[in-house]
Amino acid sequence: MNGPRIRALVIKELLAVLRDRKSRMALILPPLLLLAVFSFAATLEVKNVDLAVLDKDGGKDAVELAQRFAGSPYFTRVFALHAQADVAPALESSRAMAVLVIDEGFSRGVAAGRQATAQLILDGRRSNAAQIVEGYSELIVTRYNEDLARLAGQPGARTVLAARNWFNPNLDYLWFTVPNLIGMLSMVVGLVVTSLSVARERELGTFDQLLVSPLSPWEILAGKTLPAMILGCAESVFIVAAAILLFRVPCVGSLWTLAVCLALYLFSVVGFGLFISSLCNTQQQAILGTFTFMIPATLLSGFATPLETMPQVLQAAAYANPMRHFLPVVRGVMLKGMPFDMAAEAVWPLAVIAVATLALAGWFFRRGLE
Amino acid sequence: MTPPLVVATGLSMRFARQDPPALDGITADIPAGRVTGLVGPDGAGKTTFIRLLAGLLHPTQGGLTVLGLDPVTRADAIHARIGYMPQKFGLYEDLSVAENLRLYAEVRGLPPDEEAETFRRLLDFTGLEQFTGRLAGRLSGGMKQKLGLACAMIRKPELLLLDEPSVGVDPISRRELWRMVKALAAQGIGVLWSTSYLDEAEACDHVLLFARGRMLFTGEPSELTGRVRGRVFQVRGIGGGRRAVLRRGLELRGVIDGVIQGRNVRFVLADGSSGLDLQALDAGPRATLDPVAPRFEDAFLDILGGGPGGVSVLARNMAPKQPGPEAVVEARGLTKRFGGFTAASGITFAIRQGEIFGLLGPNGAGKSTTFKMMCGLLRPSEGQALVDGLSLAACPGAARARIGYMSQKFSLYGTLSARQNLEFFSGIYGLTGARRRQAMQSMVDIFALGPHLGESADTLPLGFKQRLALACAVMHEPAVLFLDEPTSGVDPITRREFWTHINGMVERGVTIMITTHFMDEAEYCDRIALVYRGRTIAIGSPDELKDEARGPGAPDPSLEEAFIALVERSGPERDARTAA
Amino acid sequence: MNTLAWRRLWAVIVKESLQIMRDPSSILIGLILPVFLTLLSGYSTNLDIEGISIGLALEDHSPDAQDLAAAFRATKYFKVTQGNDRREFTGDMVSGRLSGLVVIPQTFSRDLARMDGEVPFQVIADGSVPNTATFLQNYAMGVWQTWLAQRGDERRAGQTGLVRLVPRTWYNQELVSLNSLLPGGMAINLTLIGALLTALVVAREWERGTMEAMLATPLGRFEMLLGKLVPYFLLGMAAMFLCLGITLAVFGVPFRGSLAALVTVSSVFMLSALGLGLLISSLANNQFVASQTAIQAAFLPAYFLSGYVFEPSSMPYPIELLSRCIAARYYVSCLKTLFLAGDVWEVLLPNMAAMAVICAATLALTLGNTRRTLA
Repeated sequence: MNGPRIRALVIKELLAVLRDRKSRMALILPPLLLLAVFSFAATLEVKNVDLAVLDKDGGKDAVELAQRFAGSPYFTRVFALHAQADVAPALESSRAMAVLVIDEGFSRGVAAGRQATAQLILDGRRSNAAQIVEGYSELIVTRYNEDLARLAGQPGARTVLAARNWFNPNLDYLWFTVPNLIGMLSMVVGLVVTSLSVARERELGTFDQLLVSPLSPWEILAGKTLPAMILGCAESVFIVAAAILLFRVPCVGSLWTLAVCLALYLFSVVGFGLFISSLCNTQQQAILGTFTFMIPATLLSGFATPLETMPQVLQAAAYANPMRHFLPVVRGVMLKGMPFDMAAEAVWPLAVIAVATLALAGWFFRRGLE
Repeated sequence: MTPPLVVATGLSMRFARQDPPALDGITADIPAGRVTGLVGPDGAGKTTFIRLLAGLLHPTQGGLTVLGLDPVTRADAIHARIGYMPQKFGLYEDLSVAENLRLYAEVRGLPPDEEAETFRRLLDFTGLEQFTGRLAGRLSGGMKQKLGLACAMIRKPELLLLDEPSVGVDPISRRELWRMVKALAAQGIGVLWSTSYLDEAEACDHVLLFARGRMLFTGEPSELTGRVRGRVFQVRGIGGGRRAVLRRGLELRGVIDGVIQGRNVRFVLADGSSGLDLQALDAGPRATLDPVAPRFEDAFLDILGGGPGGVSVLARNMAPKQPGPEAVVEARGLTKRFGGFTAASGITFAIRQGEIFGLLGPNGAGKSTTFKMMCGLLRPSEGQALVDGLSLAACPGAARARIGYMSQKFSLYGTLSARQNLEFFSGIYGLTGARRRQAMQSMVDIFALGPHLGESADTLPLGFKQRLALACAVMHEPAVLFLDEPTSGVDPITRREFWTHINGMVERGVTIMITTHFMDEAEYCDRIALVYRGRTIAIGSPDELKDEARGPGAPDPSLEEAFIALVERSGPERDARTAA
Repeated sequence: MNTLAWRRLWAVIVKESLQIMRDPSSILIGLILPVFLTLLSGYSTNLDIEGISIGLALEDHSPDAQDLAAAFRATKYFKVTQGNDRREFTGDMVSGRLSGLVVIPQTFSRDLARMDGEVPFQVIADGSVPNTATFLQNYAMGVWQTWLAQRGDERRAGQTGLVRLVPRTWYNQELVSLNSLLPGGMAINLTLIGALLTALVVAREWERGTMEAMLATPLGRFEMLLGKLVPYFLLGMAAMFLCLGITLAVFGVPFRGSLAALVTVSSVFMLSALGLGLLISSLANNQFVASQTAIQAAFLPAYFLSGYVFEPSSMPYPIELLSRCIAARYYVSCLKTLFLAGDVWEVLLPNMAAMAVICAATLALTLGNTRRTLA
């Protein structure tokens, strides 16, 4: 390894990316856009639910129950239905996400201290939302029951669970999404920079120029890895800063721990990017290759769905995915104050991934010579 | 006489307000039934002119009628009556020969009942009958070009526009293409053939000579060459170095151009010049000065006011190479197999120090495979490639440090500025500190790159790109220089300048290996290896090759004729040519 | 159109189809990726959380406490690691090995006897994954109530509250999230074919100079565009049927609508995706820019803003507004209805109308942008 030669490669690589307007745009714009739009979009919370109410009873208590639903912050639009026949169309046409049907005799039942029932019909097409709306509704009814019991002078009806959440007491969704996006966007940047770098040089013929120079494959590899690391780290710092300053996500852990893990993560991403790139002859192949890697990497990262619920095969495959190792750590350090040794224990596989992919990439660089 | 097919009056085209015009006040006609050459170096405006005729661009200014119609408003009507072959031939590489033909036939509205007959005729005409099922992407350059032509003329057009049909095509295919085009012209079709090879102009019936968006000349080529008649001489029987003779000659007053032609040197004198002083050339006792027939290129240089001088500052600043071993570059039984296909087989030659060695051959004959093995871009299946006695396989780093490499595409980093390119290439060849600064400064001075240092390599004018590429390749003063079609598309003056540097470096002991399709570039070589079907079929000086090809049919063959004759002699069928 | 034009159109269709069949990247995006994506998301995307890892700190060793702990261990929702002290689990909570902690304190037996109001044990969830935290709290409550009910403590189990809410879910009784996710995934696949692949293909024609050759023939731009649309449309439909087959056969998702309605709706969406692809390619004439734009303007919005996973109605207003410009949103809505509810024209028609408007807008822009000239 020769310092000045690698230095020349690194400078060349940085300039090649930064001097070209299109590459600059491809590097800077998407992460900003994604961060701005998708940190708000990627939420599994359910708000603004449309609720239809069919009050067959019409008594005081039925009105009270309907009022309690309407007063809840989750249900923004509540409208009345007038006949049983309206229920199916309201749900079917998606005008309502849920229909509350208060049975006849509801008020009489409540007044007499007998059991009174109300049905909640949910739209199962939105299964996740239906589940959550059901939870909200149960809560409203429980509170109502407590109040009724108190009025009747009875001891507290059922017991309530005092929900306690560590690390994110209010279950703010942004605190979950934004750290995950740090991982995802760093990956996008790392891959875009590296995956095209070798393929583009192959297509334009400059790669031959490097191969006839005294550079060894390992020097070329270092010359491709370092600039991507520099750009990736710079961009990640920027994203983390935005997360903390703009999105107000707390960072209770050490920023240094985060920085070390992030660098290792980028190292493994760059390894993958170079590996993909070394396999491709044209930019189009590199683009598609990156894309086909990104999708499973995102799906098998634990971002949208927890890994524990997946089949064993997929869980095993996910061990090769840098994002799977990094996401728990970025959340851990930022929200939970994960100490360095614990983080190191979680991210060491990234080093293995990086070494393996870079070795493969170095091997395939010379493929053209065969 | 029939009216001209195309009439342009004061035609101008400007892409952006701040840029110089791509075309500036062109007034020209294109007649029917003749081959009109659109000649000029890259950046002359040839492609822009053709696109205007095809209605693909709208002119900024001036009048243009094509087949009596206005291409701005009646593009559709014109499209039905012209044939157009863009650069890269406009073929779908993943469609077969027959599928490409059928697509163009249907798109151009060839009546279905004529299809079979037309296909048969065109396939016969182009010699592609055996390849109808092959994908266009797997054809050789020459075959692609013929297929492109067939597609463009599938429905007999009145005007055929061919944009640089001969780029990257070997002399044999080029000759066949010319034969086809002449046949078309004889049927009354007007053909517009654009080219940056000036020697092709001589084959045209009529020429439009462009440079930097302006038309320098229009008329019959002989009319232009006539202007330099009596001013063109060849120095023959040279004793001592012909490169030194050229260098001295170009420094003389009254000499506007000079090139090496095998063992002779050709000079063009300025108008009104008194003649050439053989004494001053120091060409040896038996040297003679013989008048020869002028060429189009001679006249072109005359219009432009002559070529550059003969002394290379680059070479003068270079330390002379210590005489080394007998053979600086050596190929020993180089063989390369791709699966079952043998691209090169048992190639053996040795290049002495200070020699220019040319590698020539038809497309797909194994020439570029050999070249790539020589500079370490391909690993040979068998045999060895040695540089300075070092094997490229065994000690790649040490061997490569002695190599300079410059390819056809001038492999510069397009988004980097000229200065950054120099910095990069000096860096990867291990130049540091004062030596690096010095090397860069001298490159900037020699190649006059100063005003362009901050510009991105992509936006440099072609001539400067070429200079910069050469600068990057020689900054570390390599002992051996590998050149892969180094002057493709470059204007003749820049090419002269390039060869002045190469000749100068050779005199300092640098060894050169070059591949080219340009026969006048091949003339500069000391020796040439002719590669065909993966084997060397001839090795010798240009004159030896000519002698070998000399026969009753060709008493005084040109190098191109020799090339064709030797290849044809070695095997009439060229079906072995697949994609390189 | 006259016969000549039909012939030209047919020629372009044939050419484009041959190219699709021979280009590995078309096959990759058009057929392999959809299958791969459907299978992968089918197996990996499971929003119905089961087997959440929790720590159970059993600080009280009374029979009641033991019994409750057994109830927690028995449920399929939790994977329980048991300990005697809550402090044992703090590290695992930080490292993320545990998603929550159930603490049965020493006071449990006493509070259970006396109990009213608060539950006599604590549930602590890892709030850094809010969705799991919510489920965990709900499930824990469920375990508790079931346990009380089994002990005959109906009153405190909440079963005897005066008002009882009877939840019922239509269209997807078991609330299997795959049933709504997989149909939505088809929108992603068609977007990839329509936008990414088409954009790449047209950009390649510019790069290779074949577009220039075609522009100098009598081929009209309408024929050129239509000739490209037809084969990719058919490829998209093939991919759709492929996904449909896998969704129904492998994952057993119900399909309650009619095939005719599915084809109609998909056609409208496919056209709008193709329109977007052609629009992108008419703006970008190299593959790098085309693919970057297609991923950012078509794929990512289809993934994030369509309602495939995340609910647009829950997003902040400006982003919700943005999602209305995305055809995939309407398609996802149609797909979920077709699979789970049936041919509800009241849902399908307005959504189709919205897609048609988007489609018309993109095609009009494309037609305006497709250059007959090069500059």
